[in-house]
Amino acid sequence: MSLHTLSVLVEDKPGVLSRVSGLFSRRMFNINSLAVGPTEVPGVSRITIVAEGDNHALEQLTKQLNKLIHVLKVVELPADASTQRDHLLIKVKADPATRIQVVQAADLFRASVVDVSTESVIIEATGVADKLNALLEVLEPFGIREIVRSGTIALARGPRATSERI
Amino acid sequence: MTTVPSTNPAAGDATSTERMTGSQAIIRSLENLGVTDVFGLPGGAILPTYDPLMDSSINHILVRHEQGAGHAAQGYAESTGKPGVAIVTSGPGATNLLTPLADANMDSIPMVAISGQVSVNLLGTDAFQEADIVGMTMPITKHSFMITRPEDIPSGIATAFHIATTGRPGPVLVDITKDAQVGMLDFSWPPAIETRGYTPVTRGHSKQIREAAKLIAESKQPVLYVGGGVVRAGASKDLEKLAEITGAPVVTTLQAIGAFPESNPQNLGMPGMHGTVPAVTALQRADLLVTLGARFDDRVTGKLDSFAPDAKVIHIDVDPAEISKIRFADVPIVGDLAYVLPELNDLLSTEFAQKLPSLADWWEQLDALKKNYPLGYTKTEDGLGSPQYAIQRIGELTGPDAFYVTGVGQHQMWAAHFINQENPRHYLSSAGLGTMGYCIPAAMGVKVANPDSVVWAIDGDGCFQMTNQELATCVQNNIPIKVAVINNSSLGMVRQWQTLFYGERYSNTHLYTGADTIRVPDFVKLGDAYGCATFRVERDEDVDEVIKKALEINDRPVVIDFTVSPDAMVWPMVPAGVSNDLIQIAKNTSPDFDREEDNN
Repeated sequence: MSLHTLSVLVEDKPGVLSRVSGLFSRRMFNINSLAVGPTEVPGVSRITIVAEGDNHALEQLTKQLNKLIHVLKVVELPADASTQRDHLLIKVKADPATRIQVVQAADLFRASVVDVSTESVIIEATGVADKLNALLEVLEPFGIREIVRSGTIALARGPRATSERI
Repeated sequence: MTTVPSTNPAAGDATSTERMTGSQAIIRSLENLGVTDVFGLPGGAILPTYDPLMDSSINHILVRHEQGAGHAAQGYAESTGKPGVAIVTSGPGATNLLTPLADANMDSIPMVAISGQVSVNLLGTDAFQEADIVGMTMPITKHSFMITRPEDIPSGIATAFHIATTGRPGPVLVDITKDAQVGMLDFSWPPAIETRGYTPVTRGHSKQIREAAKLIAESKQPVLYVGGGVVRAGASKDLEKLAEITGAPVVTTLQAIGAFPESNPQNLGMPGMHGTVPAVTALQRADLLVTLGARFDDRVTGKLDSFAPDAKVIHIDVDPAEISKIRFADVPIVGDLAYVLPELNDLLSTEFAQKLPSLADWWEQLDALKKNYPLGYTKTEDGLGSPQYAIQRIGELTGPDAFYVTGVGQHQMWAAHFINQENPRHYLSSAGLGTMGYCIPAAMGVKVANPDSVVWAIDGDGCFQMTNQELATCVQNNIPIKVAVINNSSLGMVRQWQTLFYGERYSNTHLYTGADTIRVPDFVKLGDAYGCATFRVERDEDVDEVIKKALEINDRPVVIDFTVSPDAMVWPMVPAGVSNDLIQIAKNTSPDFDREEDNN
């Protein structure tokens, strides 16, 4: 079983997210992450889904997605031909004794401190999933209070747009 | 963007508009789309639309339960190829339609359901008779959507019909809020329909069609594995031509019965769990499956990894998602069979004509199977009637031009086995979903669409009790269907499994409707109460006389209570979850293929 990143362009219609996510659960596919947002085309949204499955499952899933009336296009974005990013906010314990170490750790990952209080800081980081996982590992000993993490977003490399010819 | 061709010459053109209510627009749109009959039941949220319906040329059949409206629309559609229409109110009216929608989705039947919905300002408030029917129907329809503005009604209805009837057909639900029905719009026709993400493929890939022809020309043991897609595509004549050119055997699934004439010696019958020995065995021994609008359903394949183990697969289907879903397709062709088959036939009868091999050796095997393992049944041992005999005589005395609609269970399989079918769309059954209760309302829909044809509803005593309220609809609207209740006083197919696999422990399958029971209910009295002509047949020798009488009655529905033996079983049978090689022709009896081959 491997992870696949699907970029799904959909018409921005009521219930479209429900249709797409319902299809995954109904057809027994696991979603690892999901991110939705507008595109450069008015009325068209992009749903980026990271899902687990073998190639046969992926092919079947793509075909089933294409059958949904409001789905305009489904493309797989292979890791080596696309740019993929997660976005992470971490609230980590940081008192005067540990704060410098925490900030240094953030710096090493090119993450930034976006909020500071007496007991904690909030760190913002962007990157591929593995890098963010590594950051979390490094911050773990300081005491992670809470995290929020977006689903993966991704774009294919090169000059072409997924929304061409939809 | 496309526009819908108007089927009504009086519909006017897009430049002229007429001020009207949303409700009037619903009815006008249906008229303009050529709808002549609808099935429904009014209620609060659809009430505005029932008012202009009174002045319309559309014939509205008032059902007694919304499930009946849905199945009637299915029967109407399945027997004609035209979309069926059901109209219901919000909340329970709409939820009662869920079963027929799921059924139509499984069997690819074009239908449009229009449901009323509470007004926009009440949506999401748990208002009286509010239900999220669009949400509920997402997984069981081809598409479903809500209309909240009157000006969206003409394009919404037209879009629903377009989606329901093109590509792989299916049910579409349009949920229309009450305020949209009451509000005003400037109606014009035809409306623009916008379905950017919906572009069904019709023509198959020429290169792949050539590959298919090549494989057919190389095959020594091909089988044409025919599913309901051939019927939906109206490609029966093209299939006959393909069979003629190739000389290959044909198996027709439950959905495809009649897609190829059963009198044709190339037809081996139905494959699958209750398939004929020749059909099941031909698939197992085939070196090539020419799969036409079929979907490798588990009831056809049995244990998948031992299904047709030596066969390459050509798979032609209008739905790309069916290709290689269950079984890998060596040659996949996405396209409408009405386009692909003629192209394939052309290739096979020209360029490949000289290359097609003789199938004499293959037919020698198949003919032996046909001779040694014909369909049959044994007489009952308890003195009660034989269900198979009653069903067989209905078919023989009525003929293949009549329509035969069944419920689900033993009687469904016997009707598939013992009634000769020569035409597509004449054997109707709930195949994919297996909906008990389909029969009576679906038969009603068939009769509305085909008033001059005989329509038999062959139902079981269990199924019949689920939807027989539609007999009232039939009587009120002069829809004289003929109902044969194959009354074995039990949920017969479940009972058969209990006999075979649960040590004859009959848990909750006795219905007490048959011979020597309290007859609850008495189907003759029930039919009488509805104003039907009624008969009871308890012995095989009375079967013919009653069927003949029933065939003479055309002014009201007929209900015949055939009380038959609960011990009759459906054979052949492949037990669930095992290889189709283990087909049994009677309890614990498998065909002796070795002996058969010695005889050759």
